[in-house]
Amino acid sequence: MKQSDREKLIAHLIFLFGCLIVLYPFFSILFLALSEPGTRVSGFTLPTGIYLDNFIKAWTGGGFSTGLFSSFVVVIGVVGITIVCSIPAAYAFEKLDVLGITPLFAILLVGLVLPYESLIIPLYYSMRKFGLDSSYWALILPQIGLSIPFSIFWLRSSFKSIPITLSEAAMLEGAGKIAILIKILLPQMKPAILTLTVLLFMWTWNEFLLALIMIQDADMRTAPLALSYFAGNKRYGDPAITAAAAIWVALPVLIVYIFLQRRFISGMVTGVEK
Amino acid sequence: MINHRPFKKIDYSNYLYLLPAFLFYSLFVLYPLSDTIFTSFTEWSGIGEKKWVGLENYKKNLADKKITSSIKHSFILIIFYSFFPIVIGLGIAGIMVRVKIKGMAMYRAILFLPQILSMIVVGIAWRWIYAPKGPLNSGLDFFGLEDISRAWLGSFDYALPFVGLIGTWVMFGFTMILFIAGVQKIPSELYDAAKVDGAGAFAEFFNVTLPGLKGEIIVALVFTVTLALRNFDLIYITTGGGPGTSTMIPSMFIYKKAFQMNQVGSASSLGVMLTLLIFTLISLIIVTLREKK
Repeated sequence: MKQSDREKLIAHLIFLFGCLIVLYPFFSILFLALSEPGTRVSGFTLPTGIYLDNFIKAWTGGGFSTGLFSSFVVVIGVVGITIVCSIPAAYAFEKLDVLGITPLFAILLVGLVLPYESLIIPLYYSMRKFGLDSSYWALILPQIGLSIPFSIFWLRSSFKSIPITLSEAAMLEGAGKIAILIKILLPQMKPAILTLTVLLFMWTWNEFLLALIMIQDADMRTAPLALSYFAGNKRYGDPAITAAAAIWVALPVLIVYIFLQRRFISGMVTGVEK
Repeated sequence: MINHRPFKKIDYSNYLYLLPAFLFYSLFVLYPLSDTIFTSFTEWSGIGEKKWVGLENYKKNLADKKITSSIKHSFILIIFYSFFPIVIGLGIAGIMVRVKIKGMAMYRAILFLPQILSMIVVGIAWRWIYAPKGPLNSGLDFFGLEDISRAWLGSFDYALPFVGLIGTWVMFGFTMILFIAGVQKIPSELYDAAKVDGAGAFAEFFNVTLPGLKGEIIVALVFTVTLALRNFDLIYITTGGGPGTSTMIPSMFIYKKAFQMNQVGSASSLGVMLTLLIFTLISLIIVTLREKK
């Protein structure tokens, strides 16, 4: 079953063409951001030199140091609490005997496809009532709620893949439920938990609608929210500075992606399949 | 299933394991959802008492041309977000059956890139490409096509399809990766059998590849259709629904009605309608595609 070189060449050409289409917008704004301030770039020419002025202006003018900080606080809160809550829940769903497990699971299923648009209005008014609007909790708490269904699904299938004999052996030695979870099962699940962390990090980092509604205080904007204000602000109407700002916002996810891209891809592909 | 569970006797302390997760889920998902449903039957400006109006909000929404046309826009966007990427992905997967090349990991990493970025970043990149003096128009000028160039996102006729093309760009790499991975799972005996039967490339595609990818097609449809129907971030940053209402979509109306026009009851009813639409389409996709064996 040896394939011809011609077939391989065609495959390469298709992939290269696809990659070119994907990369073009990125290079286009990268060149724009690196261009000399004040010059007209058409996006059809290569930059004449590398100027970092736009990145500095975007950083100071757009408040991105606070934006990135806010985003990190929210991400750490959401990812940490979601995983800590989802692990025991997924464990109970898969390994423990729980009466009414099917209806409980069906209720979670709803959360997998529920759009934020159906929740934001009451969330906004409740957060305001409890004085939590314009606090990081207004972003952290709802995102935990909506991240939990996927996390439980993800972790449950990971528990499922661990052979039953392991926990049975531990049980014969008199280990309790908690000991089995912590000492036997969790060490086996490190890769699954890391992938889940990466996915939750990405989704939380990119969340926009919730931040747009909850955060009025300019000092608390998340990175994508700061970017949207920046891009709409006439004073910084220069597209080159906006492009630099967009790159600042994309950078943290890009860096994680470069190192962990296999986890992103396998996580997304198998994650949505579930 | 049962022998997956080492602990067999009913033990109510097991519910403690579920408690934290369900507490968050109930407080921040189930409660707001029920509140949205209740508010959708009332008239409310955001302050004071909610006034019960029954199905009035829903009737008004369905009679409002701007809202019905925003739903129509969503369906047009489904063509760009789901149909095009799935056709492209299937076509390429069909060509790539059994092709094994070096550098797949790198191609995959690049093709997947649009999936990981904030739609705000993606929107800003494309806003620049479509800008009056941006790369697209410069390119058209370069080829002597100045007459066609325009402010694409400011055009009543072109804004919607051009926002849609951004969705195609975001999604096509994902569908390609999904389908190419799926094709590799189809047993090669099926292809050998097709060859023996003298099937050509087309017959092979329709008889072996397409049925073999059914699971992946369901996944791609559910994922892309959901995104096409929500789609708030991209519309917000590229067109804001304009020009006029030519790119308005339901989620943009929900935002405007609830947070700018103080029509909270009406916004809630639209939120319920959007949710029902998403649930209905997903169920339809799963039911119809699963049936055909």
